[in-house]
Amino acid sequence: MYKARALLPGTLLHGRHRFSTAPAVVTGAAPNDEPIQPCVEIKHTQLLINGNFVDAASGKTFSTLDPRTGEAIARVAEGDAEDINRAVAAARRAFDEGPWPRMSAYERCRVLLRFADLIESHAEEIAALETWDSGKPLEQAAGAEVPMVARFVRYYAGWADKIHGLVVPADGPHHAQVLHEPIGVAGQIIPWNFPLLMFAWKVAPALACGNTVVLKTAEQTPLSALYVASLLHEAGVPEGVLNVISGFGPTAGAALCSHMDVDKLAFTGSTGTGKIILELAARSNLKPVTLELGGKSPFVVMDDADVDQAVELAHHAVFFNQGQCCCAGSRTFVHERVYDEFVEKSKARALNRVVGDPFRKGVEQGPQIDGEQFKKILQYVKSGVDTGATLVAGGERVGDRGFYVHPTDEMKIAQEEIFGPVQTILKFRGVEEVMRRANATPYGLAAGVFTRSLDVANTMARALRAGTVWINCYDVFDAAIPFGGFKMSGVGREKGPYGLRNYLQTKSVVTPIRDAAWL
Amino acid sequence: MMYISSSSSSSGRTFETRDPRTGDVIASVAEGDKDDVDLAVRAARKAFDHGEWPRISGSERGRILTRFADLVEQHADELAALESLDAGKHPAVTKAVDVGNAAGSLRYFAGAADKIHGETLKMQGQFQGYTLREPLGVAGFIIPWNFPTTMFAIKVAPALAAGCTMVVKPAEQTPLSALYLADLAKKAGIPDGVINVVPGFGPTAGAAIASHMDVDTVSFTGSTEVGRLIMEASARSNLKPVSLELGGKSPLIIFEDADLDMAVELAISANLFNKGEACVAASRVYVQEGIYDQFEKKLAERMKSWVVGDPFNDPRVNQGPQVDKVQYDRVLSYIDQGKREGATVLTGGRPLGQNGYYIEPTVFTNVKEDMTIAKEEIFGPVMCLMKFKTVDEAIERANDTKYGLGAGVVTRDLDVANRVVRSVRAGVVWVNCYFAMGSDVPFGGRKMSGFGKDEGMHALDKFLAVKSVVTPLKGSPWM
Repeated sequence: MYKARALLPGTLLHGRHRFSTAPAVVTGAAPNDEPIQPCVEIKHTQLLINGNFVDAASGKTFSTLDPRTGEAIARVAEGDAEDINRAVAAARRAFDEGPWPRMSAYERCRVLLRFADLIESHAEEIAALETWDSGKPLEQAAGAEVPMVARFVRYYAGWADKIHGLVVPADGPHHAQVLHEPIGVAGQIIPWNFPLLMFAWKVAPALACGNTVVLKTAEQTPLSALYVASLLHEAGVPEGVLNVISGFGPTAGAALCSHMDVDKLAFTGSTGTGKIILELAARSNLKPVTLELGGKSPFVVMDDADVDQAVELAHHAVFFNQGQCCCAGSRTFVHERVYDEFVEKSKARALNRVVGDPFRKGVEQGPQIDGEQFKKILQYVKSGVDTGATLVAGGERVGDRGFYVHPTDEMKIAQEEIFGPVQTILKFRGVEEVMRRANATPYGLAAGVFTRSLDVANTMARALRAGTVWINCYDVFDAAIPFGGFKMSGVGREKGPYGLRNYLQTKSVVTPIRDAAWL
Repeated sequence: MMYISSSSSSSGRTFETRDPRTGDVIASVAEGDKDDVDLAVRAARKAFDHGEWPRISGSERGRILTRFADLVEQHADELAALESLDAGKHPAVTKAVDVGNAAGSLRYFAGAADKIHGETLKMQGQFQGYTLREPLGVAGFIIPWNFPTTMFAIKVAPALAAGCTMVVKPAEQTPLSALYLADLAKKAGIPDGVINVVPGFGPTAGAAIASHMDVDTVSFTGSTEVGRLIMEASARSNLKPVSLELGGKSPLIIFEDADLDMAVELAISANLFNKGEACVAASRVYVQEGIYDQFEKKLAERMKSWVVGDPFNDPRVNQGPQVDKVQYDRVLSYIDQGKREGATVLTGGRPLGQNGYYIEPTVFTNVKEDMTIAKEEIFGPVMCLMKFKTVDEAIERANDTKYGLGAGVVTRDLDVANRVVRSVRAGVVWVNCYFAMGSDVPFGGRKMSGFGKDEGMHALDKFLAVKSVVTPLKGSPWM
């Protein structure tokens, strides 16, 4: 029996439906008595500064927990302001004096390619570590995420020697060239929902551009970054180029954001924390900040949609990764004509979702990351119920029964990011109406549109105020496709060529031309 | 051996490739003809229209290209030896430069394969538009004998990255490395039919490629006269876009404020690298009168220690044999011409030894601009040294040529450098260096040195078709 935080996918309904039969009994995989013991050794638990694994200056450590049980997997060094200072000093030295920015971009590319090769040759180990620390299904970590990490590193390795500035025509006899230089020391703070993927999204472009990095991992998931960083050093990255600090936001995180010698900051996490980070950057040295924050992304199902496909896609859009996705399709808008069928099928699908030990084959959903998240999610479900939505499936700890609630647009469950396996299904009549409602949110990270109509797809794609619009698909990520938010979902874009801009400084160099043969 | 999904030539004929150190035969190679080109094009067409190569993602193509690069590096010694034997090159230099650059190019374009972008566009009216850059189809390559391995790589790499298939005709003087590389390509995972190699001669196999109705583009590196024929063949057949990287008579302009020793070294390597068999060889060296006498003296002195010989057996050797008898005779005949027209031989001027195709490094002085040796590409170890007064004069004389491939400027003055850089009509201009190239640096000429670029992201343009796609928009909140 899971002691902690496995949650059955909860599906909340809008409207006046009454179910005459008793609430659905929760099925799904029967939880095992003992969690499967992962066969991976935890090799690195200290801080990584200047190419060496070291204890925290204070000597303090903290536990990282197994989300299946709430028990400690390992104790890791707890970095604080002093460790951040040391890490930034190492990164500064590596940038100002070390070989990394001075070697040719082609050589940087080769180090990164070697890194990708090492990730692949240690894929099993890495995936097991990731699953253990984060609770995500091993099949997901091993089958999708670790290969994506390698792909991502290779993608940016290939950009290293292709970073171009413009030579621009001045209105007069001047030669003007624009150099795109590495920005310097980049501070990066990453979340716990996709620890390694987030590591790659941040570190790969920063390094490809010739920068040095101080990375603070999430306190919930410090392990995989430390391991992978050791592989990067094996691949030949010079000391001080990548420094990894495990620790907490208010201490290590804040120190990094406020540091006067950090040239750039990149953060992925909640909108609330994002605001603090922007403030700290402003109060210190005005370091440019990229923020990738929360979302309440709409998934719109039109009346011409293939309902079976839409149900399946909508299901994954919200429940993927235990619902712990910044871009989760957490407001499912369904056209009234197909609403009832959609709800019935979604309910069945939710009830069929296999929840269990993420190390077990066939499991679709593991535990939530920790007790705090777990409680928050249950509070949202309760709020949904309290404000009148109908809960048609799940909504409780695995093993208990569900009850019913009705959602509307104004309810907390339809406005605020839950970050858990809770689907909210809302009804709409027309395209204009759903566009308006979909956009009626302070967020703007992603959106999904399910339709066969070319015109509807084109119009909605342009009308939705979101950084990514998925049409007849969802969660399609690739290294080449830019990602980021509108409005309070963030500032800036990661991935693709756009990801490079975050880590480059632009310099115009101007010289007079005498007796120009042409202008 | 031929490599059209592996086979021997239709005619059964073979030809010989020789070792320029001795004139001895190295190997007999299958001689491809029109029929073989037909088969090759058909294989390439099938691989493009129905095969997986254009249908897998750029990222996957990139992975295979990276493996190809890795294999080239792993076999560097063997490849360098083969190449040096076939072309009269220096094995250590071939390994470091030719093979190194080939692997570098493959890796560069491996990284480019998933970075071929179209654009979303601005339209007038309620439409949305975007461009797709699609693989063009079947490419034909006719490559020269001076840097066979590098040429193979810089043509093939971007074409592969773009998703095209190809037929390669290596030069008849140096067919071996292309066949070796095609084999490595297969080992790397490039599917059959994607790269086809047809060794053979220009007038037969080369012409067949240039005139083929089912080849979508041809890229050629070689002489201006053959470039012309290829362009004509394209016009007469299916108007296939052509890119030509042709000859040159590149000027090296050395100003009075130059570091004299550096300038002398540069003039030597710019002329004699690869025994002068380089399209960008700085075969016209202009030295400003203030330092001319010292320059001439230092050059003559320096040439005394220049060693010509068998690059395999003597570590001191700077220069090996010319590639074959035809080139050897040509270069010697230009040298004779120079003497007859009244230029002065400062050093060299004679063949070396009884066996093979060795020629002394030759410097002519008292050269007039209208002499044959000053106007025509010699493609051997022959330098024309001339004097100039002013920067205006240097620019004018530098540009007074039908060619426009490379150029060099040696000066410490920022303004002079900038001025000459912008004034000289060449595709590549080197300031205080020469031959510095890279995978990210577009390379190609103007005027009768040709058009189209190899290397750099622009090299991909040869293998991509731009398609504009337009659809109506209804009720978009922004335009």
